[in-house]
Amino acid sequence: MSISVEHLSKHYGKQKAVNDISFTIKTGEIVGFLGPNGAGKSTTMKIITGYIPPTTGGGKVCDIDMVEDSLAVRKIVGYLPENNPLYPEMYITEYLRFMAGLSGVKETKKAVEQAIETTRLQPERHKRIGQLSKGYRQRVGLAQALLHNPDVLILDEPTSGLDPLQVEEMRNVIKELGKNKTVMLSTHIMQEVEAMCSRVIMINKGNIVADDSIESLRGPQNESLEIIFKRLTSNVDAI
Amino acid sequence: MWTLYKREIRSFLGSFIAYIVMSVFLILTGLFLWFVSGNNVFDLGIASLQVMFDIAPYILIFLVSAVTMKSISDEKRLGTMEILTTKPITDTAIVLSKFFASLTLIVFTLALTLVYAFTINELASPVGNVDWGSMIGSYFGLILLASCYTAVGLFSSSITDNQIVALLVSMLISFFFLTVLQLLGDVSWLDQIGRSLSWFGLEFHYDSISRGVIDTRDVVYFLGFSSVFLGLTKLVLESRKW
Repeated sequence: MSISVEHLSKHYGKQKAVNDISFTIKTGEIVGFLGPNGAGKSTTMKIITGYIPPTTGGGKVCDIDMVEDSLAVRKIVGYLPENNPLYPEMYITEYLRFMAGLSGVKETKKAVEQAIETTRLQPERHKRIGQLSKGYRQRVGLAQALLHNPDVLILDEPTSGLDPLQVEEMRNVIKELGKNKTVMLSTHIMQEVEAMCSRVIMINKGNIVADDSIESLRGPQNESLEIIFKRLTSNVDAI
Repeated sequence: MWTLYKREIRSFLGSFIAYIVMSVFLILTGLFLWFVSGNNVFDLGIASLQVMFDIAPYILIFLVSAVTMKSISDEKRLGTMEILTTKPITDTAIVLSKFFASLTLIVFTLALTLVYAFTINELASPVGNVDWGSMIGSYFGLILLASCYTAVGLFSSSITDNQIVALLVSMLISFFFLTVLQLLGDVSWLDQIGRSLSWFGLEFHYDSISRGVIDTRDVVYFLGFSSVFLGLTKLVLESRKW
């Protein structure tokens, strides 16, 4: 398994941001982590990438314990955080070289060129990050996550705030990456999951409400994910 | 760690902070040393940089705080701290990289004042009649003092995402440890307690080391002071995990 999460919980005081969730993601899967804002998607991703520890539970990334050996996990995970924080004053290549150094990449130049090519940043590569459109900034964020050729990619709302054309381009890049990497991406947009993912994990109020392939979830009636999600979350609310 | 250190140095050079700090420090110390009447080298008639060493701790409070104010607060404001802390690099390495980068800039700025030292050496009568032991001790003391200010500055920068707040907090803490504790030592009714408190002040140890006698106790104090504030900075960074 690329990612296995077991009985993971994160509490902030009395609030349960993530409540005893478990799931596994196989190598080479593109899994959509679907849920409304505040459902616990980002918190789960922050725990997997070692930014914050869980309150209870834990898990492994490529058989490495994410709590006990967080530094080793960070070496094999590429992470694009929500809001994609960047240094606006830096040039793209300067930023990517910096990130490659932090990621422990030996052949920095080659890695940077590869990441620029994969994310199709060539036309803007000589610009400062602050001069880029939202779409290209998102690609820079994705490029920094790819520099050390990680086995696992964790992408938190990778298409958030992009226009339809940019969304389409970003989806194509992620689908391409998913051919030889495990990708876990969060979103609150149903079409996003349908367009890119083979499997979906639905989360609401810190609880997993569904974990299945898109086809299985839709069932014979071929329901839309939106309707399924509304039905499932209303069940949770009723509980 | 080396990668982050280099990036910090580049950031200083790119944002002109480095040039401003160097210029302001050189201009202010130069003014007091050569031009401010009544207290300059010519009026005193002594071939010494003592005037500069007396005023430098106060100028450095502002300059070091200005250098460190954005170190961590800006990472917090931009959200880039999340990127740094999810790379295979420890929180300790992040704090130390930023600390040594800021300190490098300050030490380089102090090194520029060696021009004054060599000028004094030439102006002395006879030429070269300068107490280099005391001068080297004072430079060493200033570097240790700057290290303490830098640690305080980083700590202040870590507790807020507002650079101005970081600047003010850093100046306040540095001033407290430099001067306020020393003044408490002079309050007669505090007696022994006051003298003990003054021992915890930066000025007590800076004065001691400036005399040209490098006492291990003073060095340990300065290094300990810096370590405490660097430790606190790391603690603040780790507070995201609580």
